[in-house]
Amino acid sequence: MFGFLVRRLLVAIPTVFLIISLAFFLMHAAPGSPFDLERPIPEAIKVRLAEKFHMDEPIITQFGYYLKGLSKGDLGPSMKYKDKTVSNIIAEGFPVSATLGLSAMGLAVLVGSLLGGFAALRQNQAGDYAVMGLAMTGISIPPFVTGPVLALVFGLYLGWLPTAGLDRGHLTFTHLLLPVITLSLPQIAIISRLMRASMIETLRSNYIRTAYAKGLPGYAVIIRHALRAAVLPLISYLGPATAALLTGSIVVEQIFALPGIGRQFVMGALQRDYTVVMGVVILYATLIIALNLIADLLYGVLDPKVRYD
Amino acid sequence: MTRFSRLVLGMCAASALVISGCGGPKDTEDAGLTLHRGNAAEPLSLDPHQANGTWENNIIGDMFVGLFTENAAGEPVPGMAENWQTSEDGKTWIFTLREATWSDGVPVTAQDFVFSLRRILNPETLAQYASLLFAIKNAEAVNSAKMPVEALGVRAIDDRTLEILLEYPAPYLPGLLTHYTSMPVPAHVVKEKGSEWIKPENIQVNGAYKLTEWRTNDYVHSVKNPLFFDAENVCLNEIYYYPTVDNNSAERQVREGRLDLNTDFPGQKLEFLNKQLPGYVRVHPYLGTTYFSFYMKKAPFDDKRVRNALAMALDRDFMTSEILKSGQIPAYSLVPPGVANYPKGAMVQWSGLGLEERRAEARRLLMEAGFGPDNPLNFEYIYRNTRDNPRVAPAVQADWSDIAPWVNVTITGTETQILYANLRSGEFEVSDGAWIADYNDAQNFLYLMETRTGALNYSRYSNPEYDALVDRSNKELDMIKRAALMQEAEQIMLDDMPIIPMWYEVNRALVDPKVSGWVDNIVDIHRSRYLCMEDPIK
Repeated sequence: MFGFLVRRLLVAIPTVFLIISLAFFLMHAAPGSPFDLERPIPEAIKVRLAEKFHMDEPIITQFGYYLKGLSKGDLGPSMKYKDKTVSNIIAEGFPVSATLGLSAMGLAVLVGSLLGGFAALRQNQAGDYAVMGLAMTGISIPPFVTGPVLALVFGLYLGWLPTAGLDRGHLTFTHLLLPVITLSLPQIAIISRLMRASMIETLRSNYIRTAYAKGLPGYAVIIRHALRAAVLPLISYLGPATAALLTGSIVVEQIFALPGIGRQFVMGALQRDYTVVMGVVILYATLIIALNLIADLLYGVLDPKVRYD
Repeated sequence: MTRFSRLVLGMCAASALVISGCGGPKDTEDAGLTLHRGNAAEPLSLDPHQANGTWENNIIGDMFVGLFTENAAGEPVPGMAENWQTSEDGKTWIFTLREATWSDGVPVTAQDFVFSLRRILNPETLAQYASLLFAIKNAEAVNSAKMPVEALGVRAIDDRTLEILLEYPAPYLPGLLTHYTSMPVPAHVVKEKGSEWIKPENIQVNGAYKLTEWRTNDYVHSVKNPLFFDAENVCLNEIYYYPTVDNNSAERQVREGRLDLNTDFPGQKLEFLNKQLPGYVRVHPYLGTTYFSFYMKKAPFDDKRVRNALAMALDRDFMTSEILKSGQIPAYSLVPPGVANYPKGAMVQWSGLGLEERRAEARRLLMEAGFGPDNPLNFEYIYRNTRDNPRVAPAVQADWSDIAPWVNVTITGTETQILYANLRSGEFEVSDGAWIADYNDAQNFLYLMETRTGALNYSRYSNPEYDALVDRSNKELDMIKRAALMQEAEQIMLDDMPIIPMWYEVNRALVDPKVSGWVDNIVDIHRSRYLCMEDPIK
C-alpha cells in the first residue's frame, strides 16, 4: 500500500507538469493579451508592462520564469488586479468555493445514494420511475434555471432566505442553502442513477443470492453486502466530481453573487489574466490527482479483491 | 408608523421564528446610515493612478477629491481648489487650495498634487490612463520617457498655491480635473509604503470615505472620514460596494432590499421593473454613442457612396424601441445631445427621410458605386458578443440585406477585447463599438476622428479640413465660437460618413426610493457623500 502511494505520487509530478505546460502554452496561444483594453494603453507604457511580466521575451523563456517562481511557491502577481497577487486571490476565493462545493457534494451523496438505492430496490415499480423521472429532470434543468427560480421563490416571494451574497463575508447556513441546493441538484441526479444501476447489478450477483440463502435478513444483506460493492462505481465518479465542485461553479457563483474562485477563473480566462488562470489550473489539477488517489485507496478498503502491489 | 411598515415588521417577526434574521445583513443599529451599493464589477485597482473603470471611479471618487469634483448632478464644482485664475492665453492656471487635511491629519498641500501628477505621468508607474492628462505641458514627453518627470508643467508655488501649465488652452479643464487621473494621493504615505499604500491598513484619503476592507469579488467597505472638509454635510456612515456582475441577480437583490441601489439593470426588463418596482427605475442619457466603423483603407469602404448607403439603410428606431428597449435614442451624429459646451450639434443630412426612401437611396448609391446583381457587395460585420449586441446584429444584417438581394453580409460575434484589438490594428471591414467619453466635452468625441489620433480612429478617417477645424476649436477661448467650429467639423465628418452613428447610450440604475440625493445625470457619477437614507421606519 505504501509503495503504491509513493508510485502514484511520483507519477503525479510529471502529470502536473504536463498540465501546467499545456495550460501555459494554450493560454498564450489565445489571441489578445491582458493589455488589450477597450481604451488603448500608450505604446511606451505597453512596452514597459510587457517587460515587467517578461512578455517581451520568447514564450519558452517566459515559461522558464514562471516555473522558477512556481518552484519557490510564488504564483506571481495578477496581470489585471494591480493591488493583489494570485495567491491573495486564491486564498480569498477558494474557501468559499470549497465550502460550497463540499456541502453540495455531501448533500448530493447523501440524497443521491438514498434515492438510487431506493429506486434499485423497487426496480421497474412506481417508486423507481418516480425517482428516475426526478433524476432526469435534475440532469436536464441546468443550474442557471434552477438558481434564479429558487432565488425568486425562496428569496423574494417567500422571503425565507437571502437571494444572493454572503453575510458580510461570513458563510452562514441561510446564505449557503440556496446555492448548495442549486449546485447539488444535477449531482443528486447523476449519483442516484449511478447508484441505482450498480445496486441493481450487485443485487443480481451470486453472493447476494447466497447471503439470502443463508437466511440473513433483507436489511443486513443490503447494508452489509450489497451497499459496499454497489458504492464502488460511485467512488470513482466522486473523485473528479468533487474536484470540479471544489474549484467553484461560475454559474452558481454568478447567480448568487458568491466571491468564489470559479467566477474568477472564467473572468481571468476572458481577460487573459494568465497568472490567475494558471494558479487555478494548478489548484484544480492537484485536487483532481489527490482526490483520484483517495478514491483508489478507498477502493482497497471497500473491495477485498483490490490489492496494491 | 404606516400600515405597510407595520405589516413588514410583523412578517419579519414571524419569519424570525423560522430562520434567524430578516432583511439580510442590514439589521444593525445604524441600518439607516449604511448604503449597500451594487457596483457592476470587481475593481481591478483602487489606486486612482492605476484604475480605468467607471465602477472603480465610484469607489475611488468617494475616497479622493481632486482640484475639482462633481456635485450631485455630476457637474464640475471646486473640490480641493478654493479659487483659481487663468492667464490671457488660457495656458496657465493658478489654483489656491482650500485648507484641508488627509484622514491622518496631515495637510493636503500643493506638493501632494505635484507629486501625484508626476507619479501618474511617470512611465515607471505604468498608469494605463495617463494620456488623459496630455493637455498638461510636457506630459506626453514625460510619459514616453523623453523628458524627466521634473519637466512636467506643474509647480507648487507655496503649500497652498499650485500652478499648472497647459500645452493648449483647454476650457474644459475643470471637468477634466474631476477625473480620477488627476486626484491627489497622499505623498507621505505613498513614499513610505510604495505600492502597498492602497491597502486598507495604510491608506489615507482626503475625501468623504476611507477604505476599511476589500474582499475580492465580495465587497469593498468604506467608512466616513471625519476629517473630510465637508464632513458635516455627509449623511451616510458606511458604504458597501458589491461587484454585481450578474444584472439579474443584482435586480433580485434590489427587490429583496439587500442592495439599496444597483448601477444597472437588464435593459429588456424595463417595463417589467417599472411595474414591479415603481420609483426604482432610473434611465438617463449618457455620455456615450454606439457607432459602427468602416475600415476606410480597404475597398469598397474607401467609397463614400458605399458608406453612406450602408448607414442610411439601418432602422435605428426598430433597434432602440424593439430590441434594446431601455431608452436609447437613435443617433444621427457622433456627439450625443446634452454634452457640455456644445449646444446645437450636427446631424446627418438624410435623418429626416423615411426608411423606405433611405433604402431606395441606398440601392441607388450602391449601384452608382458599381455594385449590382453581377457584382454583389460582400463583407463581414463583426460585433461584441456581450450585452445587447448579439441581439442587434441579426437586425443589422437583415437591414443591409433588404437594400438589395446582392448585398451579402456575414455577421461574426467576437470577444470585446479582441474586437477592439482588431479595430486598432485595422483587421476588420465593418464593426460595431461604442465610445463612452472620459469627460463631459464634445472635444472628447471629435478627437476620435482626427488623423493624429491613430489607432483609436478605427476608420482611419483623415480629412485635413476636419483636422484643421478641430485644431482651431482646441485653441479657441470663446466658448460660442468654439462650439461653432466643432459643429462645423462634425458636419464635415458626418457627410463623409467614416462611421455609422447608431444610438446614444443611456445609463441605467435601480435606486430604492428611500435613498435620497440621487440625481440622474449625463456623466453617471453619483458620489456617496450626497446620498442619504430616509428614515426606514416612519
